[in-house]
Amino acid sequence: MINKDSKVLLEVKDLHATVDGVEILKGVNLTIRAGEVHAIMGVNGSGKSTFSKVLAGHPDYTVTAGTAQFEGKDLFTLEPEARARAGLFLAFQYPVEIPGVSNSALLRLAYNTLQEECGQEELDPLEFDDLLQEKIKIVEMDPAFLSRSVNEGFSGGEKKRNEILQMAVLDPKLAILDETDSGLDIDALRIVANGVNKLRTADNAVVMVTHYQRLLNYIVPDYVHVMSGGSIVKTGDKELALELEARGYDWLKAA
Amino acid sequence: MSTALDNLVNQPYKHGFVTDIESEVVPKGLSEEVIRMISAKKEEPEWLLEFRLSAYRHWLTMTEPEWANVDYPKIDFQDISYFAQPKPKKKLASLDEVDPELKRTFDKLGVPLHEQKLMSGVAVDVIFDSVSVTTTYKTKLAEIGIIFCSFSEAVREHPDLVKQYLGSVVPTSDNFYAALNSAVFTDGSFCFIPKGVKCPMDLSTYFRINTEGSGQFERTLIIAEARSSVCYLEGCTAPQFDTNQLHAAVVELVALDDADIKYSTVQNWYAGDENGKGGIYNFVTKRGLCKGVNSKISWTQVETGSAITWKYPSCVLLGDNSIGEFYSVALTNHMQQADTGTKMIHVGKNTRSKIISKGISAGRSSNCYRGQVKIGSRAAGARNYSQCDSMLIGDRCAASTFPTVDVQNTSAQVEHEASTSKIGEDQMFFFAQRGIDSEEAISMIINGFCKDVFVHLPMEFAVEATKLLGLKLEGSVG
Repeated sequence: MINKDSKVLLEVKDLHATVDGVEILKGVNLTIRAGEVHAIMGVNGSGKSTFSKVLAGHPDYTVTAGTAQFEGKDLFTLEPEARARAGLFLAFQYPVEIPGVSNSALLRLAYNTLQEECGQEELDPLEFDDLLQEKIKIVEMDPAFLSRSVNEGFSGGEKKRNEILQMAVLDPKLAILDETDSGLDIDALRIVANGVNKLRTADNAVVMVTHYQRLLNYIVPDYVHVMSGGSIVKTGDKELALELEARGYDWLKAA
Repeated sequence: MSTALDNLVNQPYKHGFVTDIESEVVPKGLSEEVIRMISAKKEEPEWLLEFRLSAYRHWLTMTEPEWANVDYPKIDFQDISYFAQPKPKKKLASLDEVDPELKRTFDKLGVPLHEQKLMSGVAVDVIFDSVSVTTTYKTKLAEIGIIFCSFSEAVREHPDLVKQYLGSVVPTSDNFYAALNSAVFTDGSFCFIPKGVKCPMDLSTYFRINTEGSGQFERTLIIAEARSSVCYLEGCTAPQFDTNQLHAAVVELVALDDADIKYSTVQNWYAGDENGKGGIYNFVTKRGLCKGVNSKISWTQVETGSAITWKYPSCVLLGDNSIGEFYSVALTNHMQQADTGTKMIHVGKNTRSKIISKGISAGRSSNCYRGQVKIGSRAAGARNYSQCDSMLIGDRCAASTFPTVDVQNTSAQVEHEASTSKIGEDQMFFFAQRGIDSEEAISMIINGFCKDVFVHLPMEFAVEATKLLGLKLEGSVG
């Protein structure tokens, strides 16, 4: 939903970043306002995933130039956990397993950390369970998953749904979904997409990083950006995604 | 309440508490003469002196074991004083005088105030008079026939029981350190649970240590008669300092028909500084004998301290259908070295054993699991399940696993699983991205890793152990 008057959540200017001394991002510019849905597309190695990790503060990446303002705050001066607490959420491409740590314990700790951050009352396990029972419906997950260890023994699709459950519980202002659609069968894709749609409001925004147009049939983007060679080379609306599906990426390669 | 308590604590201690027993120290070195002197000072019966002397004579023929995966300078056994009555710690007037670093540790662990005082040697006043607590406790137990006292007291009051069981599980000739302990042990704990009695509370060394003080060579003997059961807790999470570098304790457990002994340890001896200077050498022999049919012995340990840990709590499953269990978390950081594990010796029919070992290494430490499962020829239908998991934090530490399996009966089933994992940057980043700081993340990962062991600890021990691990690993990641 585009509303030119709504608040700017994220403003990235001329972002350059390296990993192991190799420059991956070479001047990314992007503005995201509340209520918007953006899709970032591109071939493997174009810098899409790097972009999402740099925003979230992954320690492997070094920002060498450029700025990112998140609700007016300089994102790059914040530690990764502070960025998360400020409302930036990354749904991981490859969710990690945490043996022995139950899903609900992790969610409660994360939730209560946020509550504490905004001076709200923490929830005890019983109160939190009530909240979880509501949230879990959004991703159509079996409540049995709550007591299982985080992602341990989960199928690919279950892991991705679990990421969206975390998003549902933490209610971020800006959610970046890093290839959340990869490895999903059509039913799981629908469930994940429905989940994300239910969580959309006029005050938050979603960035989907994806290879395929498929996901965009379910979560309709306001903007589609094509990344190539470490920068955004073209921006359009959802029609651009269909065009990419038909023509491929070659015609857009960065010079 | 707390102001009243503060006032009480802050007033100068009325009874002075300057007890000079320094003169009790026997000259350094070990000889038959020294052993006779120890025995005489303790007014021991002749048979116990003989026990000590035969252990000593055997010790002379033994050499220090070198097979363990630990490295330390040679110990000069003639440079140790073998009979120093435990020196009373300097009494402090209030907690304000306690080393701030120690105080910080207490606070982080959530050690209750009165316990903090006991641990740090603050003179404890009327409210928490440890002697009276101990007495109440003892009286209550005595009513149902349970004997729980210091080893010396047991020798005086219950010589027949001690004589019958001492050395029956760990013979004096068992190993170098056990022989040394048998020759020179000064004190320890004794516990006897009579037939059919289920001990109504956890027995803790905490209550004993306050009156007796533990020594460098501690001796523990626990006997559970037919159909009885007991939970025994050793140690505490608070850091313990000691001027004695070498600790060689012996613990013997005996379970008769249908008896059940659960022995839990949380060990946090001083581990030395970051470069490995100082720190306790903890060379312990712990063994349980499931003597009767259907008996069960379960060891649970959380080892976090000591510069060197050399410890293999074991079970000899003699009675048919008896069960041995070993649940262990061993954490090493900085320059610590741990070589720990268990032995499960299956002798009787249908005996079962279970081993769950979790090793966590951080810093430049070395953490080694060493285990033996032996199924004797008579142990038809015996079963063992072993699981050894190691977790590495950082890339300068080491973890090794040395399992030995020896099966002499074809109807036995033995399973062994092992895994090694690392707290990865990806896990840490995941937690950070969910707003959780690194300290809490590590604590959560570690507790998840150790969950299978912690569930076997008594509730309050488990809570403290959880915090302790987090504290021990502070600053190891990121």
